[in-house]
Amino acid sequence: MPQAHTSRDFESELRELRAHSLAMGARCERGLQLALKAFWEGSAELASEVEELDRHIDRDEMDIDALILRILALRQPVAYDLRFLAAALRLVTDLERIGDEAVNIAERAKEEHGTAKDKVRGELKTMGEQSQEMLRDALDAFVQGEANRAEQVMVRDDSVDELYGRIIRAMTDFMTQHPAQVAEAIRVIHVAKYLERVADHATNIAEEVIFMVRGEDVRHFRTHPPPNVGRVV
Amino acid sequence: MKATGLSSAPSRLRDVASPASVPADQLKMRATNLSVRYGEKVAIKDVNIDVHANQVLALIGPSGCGKSTFLRALNRMNDTIPGIHTEGQVELEGEMIYAPEVDPVLVRRRVGMVFQRSNPFPKSIFENVAYGLRISGVSERRLLAERIERALRHAGLWDEVKDRLNESGLSLSGGQQQRLCIARALAVEPEVLLMDEPASALDPIATAKIEDLVSDLRNEVTIVIVTHNMQQAARVSQRTGFFYMGRLVEVGETTQIFTRPKERETEDYITGRFG
Repeated sequence: MPQAHTSRDFESELRELRAHSLAMGARCERGLQLALKAFWEGSAELASEVEELDRHIDRDEMDIDALILRILALRQPVAYDLRFLAAALRLVTDLERIGDEAVNIAERAKEEHGTAKDKVRGELKTMGEQSQEMLRDALDAFVQGEANRAEQVMVRDDSVDELYGRIIRAMTDFMTQHPAQVAEAIRVIHVAKYLERVADHATNIAEEVIFMVRGEDVRHFRTHPPPNVGRVV
Repeated sequence: MKATGLSSAPSRLRDVASPASVPADQLKMRATNLSVRYGEKVAIKDVNIDVHANQVLALIGPSGCGKSTFLRALNRMNDTIPGIHTEGQVELEGEMIYAPEVDPVLVRRRVGMVFQRSNPFPKSIFENVAYGLRISGVSERRLLAERIERALRHAGLWDEVKDRLNESGLSLSGGQQQRLCIARALAVEPEVLLMDEPASALDPIATAKIEDLVSDLRNEVTIVIVTHNMQQAARVSQRTGFFYMGRLVEVGETTQIFTRPKERETEDYITGRFG
C-alpha cells in the first residue's frame, strides 16, 4: 500500500472510499450469512432483514459510484490510485450483485423444499461456507492490498463449481425418483446457483485486487495471459 | 529540405534520406552517460535515453530535477551558459553532436526549440517565420512565402493570420504567439523539436490547441517535451521519462508509466506522494 498522499483532501477521499467499500462489503457478508440462515431455518423474518440490508447495499453502490466519479473528475488519478479506483468501481458492482443473490437465497426461505433440501444438505452447506469464506478473503485482500491472498481466492472457485456440479447431479436423480417434487428440487438448484454466482463475484473481486496491486489483468488469464512487465510498485 | 551533416567533417548522414521515409520506430537521438554540471553543481548525471523517431517523448519531474537541462543538452543550447560542463554523448542519427568539429548552429537547425514563454520578435508575422529561413540563405520571395505558409499551416495558425501577415507578431494572443514561435521553429524544417513547457502560460483552450498540434506534428518531426502537467504528458506523448535529482529514474511507454510504473519514485511522484 502506498504512503499517504501529499494532498490531504485527496487522501481523505481515498480513505472515505476505502472505508465505504469495506462497510458495503461487510453488509454483503452479513446479508449472505443471514440469507443462508433464513434458508435453512425457513425464517421469513430473517429473509426480510436480508431485503432491508440489500436496500442499504444498493444505496452504497450509488454513493460509492458517485464518490469514484467525483475523484476521477477532480483528481485525475494515475498509477496505483487509478488502479484502486478502477478496481473499486468494479468491486461495488460485484458487491451489489452479491446483495441481490443473498435476497434470492432468502426468498427461497419462504418456499417449500420437500425432502430435496435434505438430499444435498452437506454439499449445500459446504458451498455456503466456501462462498462466504471466498467473499471474506477477497474483501480482506482488497482492504489490505494483498495479491497473494486474492490468488488463493481464485483457486478456490473450482471447489465451489465442483460442489455445484454434484448438487445438480443429485437433484437430477432426485427429480427422476420423485417426480412430484420437481419444483422443490429446482428451488434447491436455484440456491446452489446463487451460491455459485456469489463465488464467481468473489473471484471477480480477487481479480480486481490483483489488478489493483500488480497492474495485471488476470480476468481471462487462460486465454489472455497478462504480459510480464516486471516489478510493479 | 533538411540540413545534412553538422560540420564539414565526413558524416555518415550525408546520404540518409529524409526522416519522413524512415520507419516510425527508428532511433532519432540517443544520450549516453550524459552528465551536465554548472561549475560544481551536478544538474544531470549519467543519463541514458533513446528518442524514437516520429514519437513524442515527454520528460516529467519536480522543479530542479534536470529535465530542462537535459532538453537543452539535446541541441547544445547549454553551450551558451558560462561555466557549464557536459560529459557523455548525444547522437543525432548516429552523429555525435558534441564532437569538436560539429557546429552547434547546425545542430540547432536540425534540433529546434520552443520555450515556455512565447518570444516573437518585434517584427511582422511574416518576418518572424521568415527569420530562420533568411539566415539559412532563403531569400527568394516566392519560396519564402511558400515555406512560411507551410510552417504556419503546420503550426495550425495559417487560417487565423493569413490576412494579416504584415501585422506585428506581438499583436497576436498568447496562444497564437506560441504557435507563431512553433511555426518559426518549423520553418527551417528541423528533424527534432524540443519544447520546454510550451503551454504552461496558456489558457485551457490555447493549451488544447498546442497539444493537438504536438500530436499532428509528430508525423513530420520528432518531439521531446518538458512539462509539469502530467495529464499533458499522458495525453500527448508515446514515451515518458521521469527525472529526479538529476537522474533519469525511469523511461517507458507513457501508458505503462501512468498506469503501472516500475519504480517506486515514479509512482510516488505521479500520484502526488512526494516529499
